[in-house]
Amino acid sequence: MTDTSSTAVKIRPPRSQWWDVWDQFKTHKGALIGLTIFVIILAAIFIGPLIWDMAPTYVDLRARNKGFSLAHPFGTDQLGRDILARMLAGGKVSIAVGLTAMGLSIVLGTFIGVLAGYFKRLEGPLMRLTDLFLALPLLPLLLLMVTLFRDPLSKSFGPEGGIFLLIVTAIGATSWMQTARIVRGEVLAIKEREFVLAARSIGTPAHRMVMRHVLPNVLSPIMVSATLGIASAIITESALSFLGLGFPPDFPTWGRLLFDAVDQMQLYPARVILPGLAISLTVLSVNYIGDGLRDALDPRIRGR
Amino acid sequence: MFDTAGVKPLIEVKGLKMYFPITAGVFRSHVGDVKAVDDVSFTIFEGETLGLVGESGCGKSTCGRAILRLYEPTAGSVVIDGQDVLGADQGLLRRMRPKMQMVFQDPQASLNPRMTVAAIIGEPLDEHTTLSKAEKLARIYELMDQVGLNRDFANRYPHEFSGGQRQRIGIARALALNPKFIVCDEPIAALDVSIQAQVVNLLEELQDRLGLTYLFISHDLSMVRHIADRVAVMYLGQIIELSPRDAIYAEPLHPYTQALLSAVPEPDPEAEKTRRRIILTGDVPSPANPPKGCNFCTRCPKVMDICRVEEPRLTEIRPGRFVSCHLYDETAGATAAPGATPSNNNTAIQQGE
Repeated sequence: MTDTSSTAVKIRPPRSQWWDVWDQFKTHKGALIGLTIFVIILAAIFIGPLIWDMAPTYVDLRARNKGFSLAHPFGTDQLGRDILARMLAGGKVSIAVGLTAMGLSIVLGTFIGVLAGYFKRLEGPLMRLTDLFLALPLLPLLLLMVTLFRDPLSKSFGPEGGIFLLIVTAIGATSWMQTARIVRGEVLAIKEREFVLAARSIGTPAHRMVMRHVLPNVLSPIMVSATLGIASAIITESALSFLGLGFPPDFPTWGRLLFDAVDQMQLYPARVILPGLAISLTVLSVNYIGDGLRDALDPRIRGR
Repeated sequence: MFDTAGVKPLIEVKGLKMYFPITAGVFRSHVGDVKAVDDVSFTIFEGETLGLVGESGCGKSTCGRAILRLYEPTAGSVVIDGQDVLGADQGLLRRMRPKMQMVFQDPQASLNPRMTVAAIIGEPLDEHTTLSKAEKLARIYELMDQVGLNRDFANRYPHEFSGGQRQRIGIARALALNPKFIVCDEPIAALDVSIQAQVVNLLEELQDRLGLTYLFISHDLSMVRHIADRVAVMYLGQIIELSPRDAIYAEPLHPYTQALLSAVPEPDPEAEKTRRRIILTGDVPSPANPPKGCNFCTRCPKVMDICRVEEPRLTEIRPGRFVSCHLYDETAGATAAPGATPSNNNTAIQQGE
């Protein structure tokens, strides 16, 4: 029977799950548009400076506060620096900070959430730690971190590298709590499901149980909090820069550009709108990508 | 119906207790126990099916899970194929897992919704074997053939199947490591009747082919009659009657078994007319606070004074038939002392029918 049927009907060998995920992702229109926009932004940031090679910190006092022109497509600021060049340079930093800080906070939050949810003994201490972090006043803490660590880090990693590390760590270390709480709750629910019991009866050890059964099933809330995390990381970085705690004043980031332009918002609205638009587009496209990815990773929604 | 003289016991359960602690107050102080399984002892022989029946909440499933040490039992010993399960450390327990597997009640809940059928059936192979990818796939296909699943389903996800098919996936997973002993925890309760027969027949066929031993937990008395060789009846965490199948269905000895069996409808209308139901009054007492004396004394239609004072022991009153009831004290008195311990009974069980 097997002979005839296997020749008549070609049995597909199990193919990688990621092809199914990609097939489903392609059907999500919003996610595709989001992905396209995000790729365009990334391309502009990484390839753009090669084409538009004006230095973002070059001060041309004779060309201050210019509008859109061929020489300066996005105009110039109050010191005559080219805004396009500054936006390209700033995007690199903002997106790098957003992605890294989000990654850090998701990894930290998921790790603590899974440990707290899966191992009963760790639940109390870890969740109290989470509460402790939630109760910390954020800005004074950041201020303290920056004043304490700015100089030693700048010495060992260079001024930009040091500040980048500091800001990413500061944002990551103060934003993992929501993820940890959500993940813990989900893990507590998943842990009681029968398939986890079934895996226990097979003899699956705890770490593989978490990787194979628990984590894939808490992916949706993690994905949601990750996409929201990018947005809030970019905005927190802007706020830090604004307070003078972030990157040095001449170092462009989207948040910095935004706050530099706020003073003259009524005179030159474009200078606020452009970086604002860039932040919004990035955040929105990442949100849509996350949405599509979440759907694509759920086999129950897939193929519908 | 089968000769137990030459058959060795595969599973020996002695004095198994599974208490779930009740805590109360600010300091979570221990105020009592839910005695889900209270001093259960039985033996299952190789190639045999032991049916474990009882109403819901009587501790059947807990008993099955405690035997496989999915819970940590409070007391007792479980020996499977000469190896002590409850005393084993985690490493040894993991190496013993291939021998004992479980089929779960709810086929929907017992399959990870994010894994393909191939991954689900292959999980035990990943854990306990070092097969190559191709060998693993060949074994998965072989298992799917064994349980009657189309090989083309290997890439699908559990939600794409019907209940019966899902249960077949669960059975294939349990079979993957060539186990000797499978705990079937109400494998048919969540299926509709036509599928129930398919799954039960599949289980029987696999038993014949692979020489499996089952602990078949169910509340479906007619299905147990179909599949089991011996039947154990549980009430409130204790086994109250353990007998060969034909004997227990022909002549139930314990008043609870009598009531239970009188509730099974007869397919023959003539016999159905004469069927006299024994209707029990009241509810099952809480396992956190079982009555003094016999557990069944609050609802027993044949209750005597001694029942409320002294707890009856599971004693062999006829060859192969064990009952825990004071009604049979006089007849049992000659063969078994009133204070006979369960371990004594266990050696007697091996005499079989």
